[in-house]
Amino acid sequence: MTALLNVQNIGKRFGGFVALDDISLEVNAGERLGLIGPNGSGKSTLVNCICGTLQNERGSVHFDGHAMNGLAAHERTHRGLSRSFQLPRPFPSLTLADNLCIPMLYTVHKRSGPLHADDIGARCAELLRLVGLENKAKHLPRDLTQVEMRKLELARAMAAEPKLLIADEAMAGLSHSEIEDILALLVRLNESGITVIMIEHIMTAVMSFSQRLAVLVSGKKIADGKPEDVVRNPDVVRAYLGE
Amino acid sequence: MPLFTGIAIVVALAVFMLLRVPNIEYLFVAGYTIVQYIVLSTAWNILGGYCGYVNFGSAAFFALGAYSTVALATFGTQLDDLVPESAAPFFHLIFPLPIPALIVIGGIVSGIVGFGTGYLTLRLRGAFFAIATLALSVVLATLVVNWDFVGGSGGAYVVRPGEFPGLGSYMQYLFLLMLGLAVFSVVVARWIERSRLGFGFAAIRDDELAAEASGVPTLRLKLIATTLSGALMGMAGAPFPYYIGYLAPASAFGLEYAVNSIAMPLIGGTTSWIGPVIGTILLGTLQQVTTVTISSAVNVLLVGVLLIAFVIIAPNGIVGLVQDRLHARRRK
Repeated sequence: MTALLNVQNIGKRFGGFVALDDISLEVNAGERLGLIGPNGSGKSTLVNCICGTLQNERGSVHFDGHAMNGLAAHERTHRGLSRSFQLPRPFPSLTLADNLCIPMLYTVHKRSGPLHADDIGARCAELLRLVGLENKAKHLPRDLTQVEMRKLELARAMAAEPKLLIADEAMAGLSHSEIEDILALLVRLNESGITVIMIEHIMTAVMSFSQRLAVLVSGKKIADGKPEDVVRNPDVVRAYLGE
Repeated sequence: MPLFTGIAIVVALAVFMLLRVPNIEYLFVAGYTIVQYIVLSTAWNILGGYCGYVNFGSAAFFALGAYSTVALATFGTQLDDLVPESAAPFFHLIFPLPIPALIVIGGIVSGIVGFGTGYLTLRLRGAFFAIATLALSVVLATLVVNWDFVGGSGGAYVVRPGEFPGLGSYMQYLFLLMLGLAVFSVVVARWIERSRLGFGFAAIRDDELAAEASGVPTLRLKLIATTLSGALMGMAGAPFPYYIGYLAPASAFGLEYAVNSIAMPLIGGTTSWIGPVIGTILLGTLQQVTTVTISSAVNVLLVGVLLIAFVIIAPNGIVGLVQDRLHARRRK
């Protein structure tokens, strides 16, 4: 298998604080990777560096055979890297349907040519149905609950038709059945050929979803392997539970 | 021709014909100012309303258009001193330039400066961007004050011809041109609003980080907005020297251009092309009426009071107020 995403020795500092210290990570095409770590361990910074929201100072990111260093976030999205934000960031003045139009108009449009308005409408409806928001297509994000906001966030990331989807804590605050829904959704996406990186604190979800698990602690990757092995790794146990 | 453009042209022509009926020249003088503000506020709204970047430098772009005209008019009157004798006949043929050509040139000059300003300042957000545009206005005003060719601090006279063949007074011709420009800018604004570009602008206004993550090339789109917005403002400024007859830096860089072109869209509503138009017609007419009936100084007070009132009562302007009502009704 070829690596779809290849992160090599990347480093990122904020002033004197080392947020990412020499992290390498490979994700194969079609894989489901779980990324865990305590709060402040650098998970979101890693995502930001992969997606171009932040630029890493050291190391390199390769995606789908291309070097990503120096590319702006939107160029990486055009190449098939899509992410959801940990705290949902909807476009508040646009309806839900229009929220999903943005990635279609700018990413899918760029990749595969202009879309017909009917096409866009149909895809929006389909995506909203997938996340269970089909009745709220004409609503504004302010009418949504936090949970629905997370679903919208995920739907928008999917609207860009990515090769790799990074779900940054898409399930925080969701009820058990809602987690099941989102998990099923992500698995279905994965089965349709999309590689998924899931960042999550909810261990049951991560364990049932991930084929491989990587653990970040204080900006370092301390474990990477089969989920059941990783959670038994003494370093990981120490990071989560203390000595 | 698209239906909307047709309707806009018909409305503009109807306004022109109606104003001709009473045969009062002043109607065109006052009307020109209002229509000019439709162009300015619509132009401001492309950057300020659609993209969410508050531009305090409208006066700079407006003045750039006006001073392009002054520079070219001065050049036209001093042709024999400025160009070699062999080329003089050619220049005499094209100078003085017709006002439509001056409008295009003013638009190009301001568009280029808009692009440059955007490139230098668009990494700033919120108040910092606003301050940078205000600074641009001050810098340009200083340059003009010290540039003797366009009259320096003393100002420059531009002689307005008395009549325009076939129309009557030259003021009517200027009014008609500005009306055409207003139609053009409103059609452009409405087209943007419904296009892919407009969706991108809205995404930038709402959340730039999320816009980038959705694949919107934010910097490029913002540059398109500053260029377009600046160009339209410059176009509005180009005929101004002919309207006013005497252009001084203080009047071209007047604070009222910056303030009005912000206040009018805010009062009307910034998310739609109709907002600036409504705001301008309301506030512009009110200003003209108070100028005649009370005093021109009351204008400024009026803008201030109305702006505060709207920020408190209807932060999204008149259009926002109506939209909220409709939205609330739909939810019931």
